[in-house]
Amino acid sequence: MGEPAIELEGLGRRFGERTALRDVTLTVPQGATLVVLGPNGAGKSTLLRVLAGLLRPHAGTLRILGHPLPDEGWRVRGRIGLLAHEPMLYRDLTPRENLRFHARLHDVPLTRIDEVLDAVGMTARADDPVAVLSRGMVQRVAAARAVLHDPELLLLDEPFANLDPAATALLEPLIGRASGRTRVVTSHDPAGGLAGADLALGLRGGRPAICAPAREVATADATALYA
Amino acid sequence: MLRAVGAILRKDLLLELRTRESVPAMAIFGVTTLVVFHFALNRPTVEGDLAAGVLWVSFLFAAMLGLNRLFVAEEEQGGFDGFLLAPIDRTSLYVAKALALLTYLVIIELIAVPAFAILLLEPGLWQALPGLVLVLLLGDLGICAVGVLVSAIGIRTRARDLIVPLLALPLLIPVVIASVAATAPLLAQGGAEALPGRWLLTLALYDAVFAAIAYAVFDDLLED
Repeated sequence: MGEPAIELEGLGRRFGERTALRDVTLTVPQGATLVVLGPNGAGKSTLLRVLAGLLRPHAGTLRILGHPLPDEGWRVRGRIGLLAHEPMLYRDLTPRENLRFHARLHDVPLTRIDEVLDAVGMTARADDPVAVLSRGMVQRVAAARAVLHDPELLLLDEPFANLDPAATALLEPLIGRASGRTRVVTSHDPAGGLAGADLALGLRGGRPAICAPAREVATADATALYA
Repeated sequence: MLRAVGAILRKDLLLELRTRESVPAMAIFGVTTLVVFHFALNRPTVEGDLAAGVLWVSFLFAAMLGLNRLFVAEEEQGGFDGFLLAPIDRTSLYVAKALALLTYLVIIELIAVPAFAILLLEPGLWQALPGLVLVLLLGDLGICAVGVLVSAIGIRTRARDLIVPLLALPLLIPVVIASVAATAPLLAQGGAEALPGRWLLTLALYDAVFAAIAYAVFDDLLED
């Protein structure tokens, strides 16, 4: 196994006077899944945005896929797939038009669009505006967008929210463990999150309260984060 | 870079075609401003400096509407994040937005210039047209060079509708001065006179300087 996919050392991030992340230190090997647990406002989404290079860290160091961020952010752009709360889809364009736009930005062959639309079960609605799709359908198209360029690292912010069991099963090969990619997944389901991960990070008020291999974390301890 | 510029421009034009949020508003506002001038000036026709001033003030105000909306889809629908995650030169966003705005301005000028000729202009337009096209192009490039930069700054603020004109209008005063000075001889009472070379050069220099500034700073504007 090569270099770790993610290396954080004393990572911190503020928004004005408010500390969103403080002293986060961890290493995620390539191909591993890190689950990030914590109540609303714990810093999970902020962590994902820092890892994606969309937010600068205010303290500590950060290496993604072997490159220090933000200095060498340009080296990892295009190798990260982000599925956030905001689907990053233009509401007045269709799923196909949105994916065509992202395919051109990532220099991905346009034939890949039909592949990912089919994989998320959205071929039949591919030419309807995103604005008229249900939240679950939008989430499926957003997942297709996140993996369109076959990223090495997937950053998933509650990826299965809004999805019914059938859709969840449909996305599993794309963004689940079966995808074989390095993944960072935020979750509000301690038991499910720990079961599907190699590493666990529990955040409370931006600070790591749990940072250990997932199998060593008791579900009760993870659940206590939400108390 | 060309690939990214093409992708963003194509997406912007498709969105505008579908939503019609910018161009119709800009065109209606531009023509309405001309109508207001028609009554406010209390004279049936204008020519020379006054005609050039009326024309460029109308275009400038119409352009403000387009500037205010230029990055709205990116800001409100996560387009910035999608763009920032892509392995492309970030200046391509500036170039694509400038080209989109230029397209909008050309469309409203195709509507507003004939309206201006009908409503207000005393001298005939045909003789002035070749020179006018050149001045309009240089003036539009100036509006785009400054406007896209200002729009990118304004979109990150809550008071976008206030910030954009507040920053853009003072910065565009040189464009207005040079464009009016270059247009005035074309709309002179006795028919179109020669284009004033120094004002065209001023416009071209202004365009080049602001394009260079934008190239240097736009990447940082997009950073967190």
